[in-house]
Amino acid sequence: MAGILSLVQAAIVFGTVILFGAIGEILTEKSGSLNLGVPGIMYIGGIAGLAGAYLYESSVSAPEPLLCFLIALFCTLIASCLAGLLYSFLTISLRANQNVTGLTLTIFGSGIANLFGGAMNKMAGGVGQISVSTTSAAYRTTLPFFRGISVLSSLGVLVYVAVILAIVMTWFLNRTRAGLNLRAVGENPATADAAGIKVTKLKYIATCTGAAITGLGGLYYVLDYIKGTWANDGGIEKLGWLAVALVIFARWKPVHAIWGSYLFGVLFWLYFYIPGLDRSSQELFKMLPYIVTIAVLVISSMRRSRENRPPAHLGLPYFREER
Amino acid sequence: MNSKLKEPFVRITKREDTPLLKAWGIRLFSLLLALITCAGIIYLIVKLNPLKVYVAMWEGAFGTSKRSWITARDTMMLLCIGVGLAPAFKMRFWNIGAEGQILAGGLATAACMIYFGSSMPTWALLIVSFAASCIAGAVWGFVPAAFKARFDTNETLFTLMMNYVAIQLTSFFITKWENPIGSNTVGIINQSTKAGWLPSFLGQQYMLNVIIVMTLTIAVYIYLRWSKHGYEIAVVGESERTAKYIGINVKKVIIRTVALSGGLCGVAGFLAVSGASHTISTNTAGGRGFTAIIVAWLAKFNPLVMFFVSLLLAFLQKGAVEIASRYDLNDYASQMITGIILFFILGSEFFINYKLIFRGKKEVN
Repeated sequence: MAGILSLVQAAIVFGTVILFGAIGEILTEKSGSLNLGVPGIMYIGGIAGLAGAYLYESSVSAPEPLLCFLIALFCTLIASCLAGLLYSFLTISLRANQNVTGLTLTIFGSGIANLFGGAMNKMAGGVGQISVSTTSAAYRTTLPFFRGISVLSSLGVLVYVAVILAIVMTWFLNRTRAGLNLRAVGENPATADAAGIKVTKLKYIATCTGAAITGLGGLYYVLDYIKGTWANDGGIEKLGWLAVALVIFARWKPVHAIWGSYLFGVLFWLYFYIPGLDRSSQELFKMLPYIVTIAVLVISSMRRSRENRPPAHLGLPYFREER
Repeated sequence: MNSKLKEPFVRITKREDTPLLKAWGIRLFSLLLALITCAGIIYLIVKLNPLKVYVAMWEGAFGTSKRSWITARDTMMLLCIGVGLAPAFKMRFWNIGAEGQILAGGLATAACMIYFGSSMPTWALLIVSFAASCIAGAVWGFVPAAFKARFDTNETLFTLMMNYVAIQLTSFFITKWENPIGSNTVGIINQSTKAGWLPSFLGQQYMLNVIIVMTLTIAVYIYLRWSKHGYEIAVVGESERTAKYIGINVKKVIIRTVALSGGLCGVAGFLAVSGASHTISTNTAGGRGFTAIIVAWLAKFNPLVMFFVSLLLAFLQKGAVEIASRYDLNDYASQMITGIILFFILGSEFFINYKLIFRGKKEVN
């Protein structure tokens, strides 16, 4: 029983990282942009939050937890939004290819984050490991009314933020005028344009907001998942691609992404809780999340139902002049 | 017309035919801008004369003949993957699974070297591992292609997931082949006998890498440009409906082309294991599968351009490693610089394909 509880907890912590990534990417993809820069944006968001917290914590003698929290959050949102802006400018205004731009953003983000992360580890001296304990503690504080409930007692605030964000996003996409307009842009931008929707503006806003949400995944990873440290081990990149996979798994519905992300977490950590596995079969078990994603991809393409399809104009450029 | 309606500040029109010279001028100009930007950023970080930094990069990549050969080897590796991806991309099949296909090829090569290392003569072992790597890569490409052809499954995400399946498979075999036990690495395979290592040729260790990749590049160029298969790929890429209408078996073309693409990436895995590192790890592909996508795309599948873009990226990588070790940074500086340069080149394509017309100016032809 204790094993199952700790698996659930590990799964929720893991799932929250990719849930943020998936919510952000769903918003982006609903506007018709297939942003493959998710890992890069997560990297940028994570390093920006860490750097902000580090600069603040090392400049004052007694850091205020609330201020730590806000500074890290602010830095992450701004930095990842800028990354989204760069992607939008290249793909929407300069009409560069979306896939190539996204991959470049991933290379760039991982480079810049690991460069500065490594530099900060060196600057921190001592054991060669940066640590922002106050900020990390602030992010790992659980909500007061959940204290003492077994699994929930050690989950940080952002876990709940992610769930709420997913629900709000579903409401926004399906129940508001702006959400309807956004979906119209993703399905058929030419029609949306003719109906008077400002296609370019909406795409910019959706991509930048989506990137900001994706960046929160990186923040959560750095400050909660690995407890306010930095490691150049490519951990974020792997999770970033899983977030892209989760978008498909959830069939572009943020609410499905909630349980999907926790399921991915269970699949990812399962090897750790199955007794009697030797190291080599553990490695095979770690394939599970990817195999399941492939299976979902194949099954949903076989069923061809209109509900489960990606936005019709996903990944394609829209130029008004070329109609 | 409503006369109150203002003319927009800037309009965008498509250029029909940009002269080749002008197009390359724009590209070179953007490269120059990118290098200046990078120099500025490097200056901000290390506070060193950027020119000195570029000189250091040059020395890192071409300073000695050994370094030049390593740069050449890495250029060939990127070129091989880029050439492998070209057929799939020409068909508008977004194969972003090169990473996995390289690993599959590398795994096959490592397996041959480990299991047949003592029982086969070198030439036979090399041929067997070359073929095995090619087949392994082709299988890794075939699976997503078959589903794409049959069910129209999204290939971008399928191939992406196949990368991680390959990575886990590699981790699995590393635990099987571990040497020494407990190190969680395979170590240098056949260190004493050098069985299955690509031999040096004409006195140069990496000469064979260059020859193999150059041969493949020319072969693929001819295949795409002048063969019937190449024509079919181009038609399917332009319009599947047209292809069906003129009697091309689209499913067959998709599967055949992507298997070929995966096979060529598998050969890159062979080169990485047998021709360079003589070991296998989850980093054997090391992100080059993704970088090569950009190589293939930017070069528009022109092999000569692909060569120069690969050379540029290999130079940047080697150069950044050099400045990293000299100025106490880490190697990731190269990824950042690569990213910046690619952003500029991607952006420059706009100015080649479109022109801006500002308010009040008459359109000049």
